[in-house]
Amino acid sequence: MASTRFRTDRGLTARMGLVGFLFVALYLGFMALLIAVLDVGAPFIVVLALGLGWAQWYFSDKIAMKAMRAREVTPEQAPELHGVVDRLCALADMPKPRVAVADTDIPNAFATGRSPKHSVVCVTTGLLRRLEGDEVEGVIGHELAHVAHRDVSVMTVAATLGVIAGLIMRWGLFFGGGGRDRNNAPVFLAVWVASIAVYLLSFLLVRALSRYRELSADRAAAYLTSRPSALASALTKISGDMARIPTRDLRQAEPVSAFLFAPALNRKSLTALFSTHPTLEQRLEQLARVSADLGRPV
Amino acid sequence: MGFLDALLGRSKPANADLDALFAVPQAALTLQASIGLMPTGVGAVCYRASEGAAFATAQANVQELLDADGGPAVELSQDSYGFTWLVCRQPAEALGDLVTELHAVNQTLQDNGFGPSLLCSVVGFVSPEDTRVGLVYLYKRGTFYPFVPEPGAERRDNALELQVRGAVGADLRIEPELNRWLALWGTPALA
Repeated sequence: MASTRFRTDRGLTARMGLVGFLFVALYLGFMALLIAVLDVGAPFIVVLALGLGWAQWYFSDKIAMKAMRAREVTPEQAPELHGVVDRLCALADMPKPRVAVADTDIPNAFATGRSPKHSVVCVTTGLLRRLEGDEVEGVIGHELAHVAHRDVSVMTVAATLGVIAGLIMRWGLFFGGGGRDRNNAPVFLAVWVASIAVYLLSFLLVRALSRYRELSADRAAAYLTSRPSALASALTKISGDMARIPTRDLRQAEPVSAFLFAPALNRKSLTALFSTHPTLEQRLEQLARVSADLGRPV
Repeated sequence: MGFLDALLGRSKPANADLDALFAVPQAALTLQASIGLMPTGVGAVCYRASEGAAFATAQANVQELLDADGGPAVELSQDSYGFTWLVCRQPAEALGDLVTELHAVNQTLQDNGFGPSLLCSVVGFVSPEDTRVGLVYLYKRGTFYPFVPEPGAERRDNALELQVRGAVGADLRIEPELNRWLALWGTPALA
């Protein structure tokens, strides 16, 4: 039996599993309630939302590339970047994703694509300018972990459920309020309040899920590169830079922020609960633990 | 990686397959007989050194172990991607000893829990025209592929690489996906 230094974080896995379970339970429960109370399913709307979610997932690589104005680069155009990706993929035994660069000064990176074989890993020129070689490698390791964990698929499913909840909320408002069932005001009110609650809850759950998946990606990247401290240093540098960048540019990047390496948001009022990414302190603390694990004598 | 592992975001580091290296001496005989490639007696292991004292200790142990036989000392070098190359030298005809040394490096790292840090091994060959040919072993795939850099430029002699693939296909598991034939520019095993 080969010994390994890799430690699964059971707590993190358990929290993620719980959030995922709550998600599914919430939707099944809500759908059942709705069908029972109103005696109508909303097949058309749900199918539409599913279709949109599917398209978003299927074309995720193209959508994100367009949104970030990224262009794919060949090994000849970016030999060093490709060299890093090649080696990390060989270490992790995963298929090599396409490599892209976005011309923006915001230091960031993202991975997207519906499956590991259709994935793109993109870094911005701002990131390449600010970080040292081993820090860039840490960031790419983090993005490759997103690819390996199929985070685009998982988060798209989660977000699509949120969209469906939003649609059903409006649908309940529209038909329940103005339609055939005028006398049944309490039922309408109950559905309306329930759908708002569902919407809020799903929003918080998506955010929690996203934070856990970021921590998982950090962890996998730290073990893959064997350099948790380089990733920690990259995080520190990027977070420091993010605070100084004007908000208008940052807001432009917001739609894809769930897949970004560090969130491009600069709203002080957002609490940790609403954030797509864990706090810098949480991420650094986890990387310090991995570093200690790697340095421990057998 | 299974469905549940993806859903819960818990990929595990891929472990290395060490034993296939022992098939290299047989393949070397085939290479010599079919296309005239001779072993150079130089081989190298490429790995990612972990931060922290545990890895440094393991690496020092490997060096001490390999230098104990009184042969040429092993050499350590860093490449520009932050990977470490440990180069072993043996007489050209003692390919079996070289492979045993490479295996000792792998085994020591794996015993210390650093198996996932192994990237590849390169065994050096030279053609009658003095072209350097590397037989690369990918630990995580358990497969081999040939790497023939052209002198000077960062270009590969694909024709010779494919020729080598054809020659040793029966002796070694050759990596079927060509895009995993990693280019190892400047590898000290072929210097």
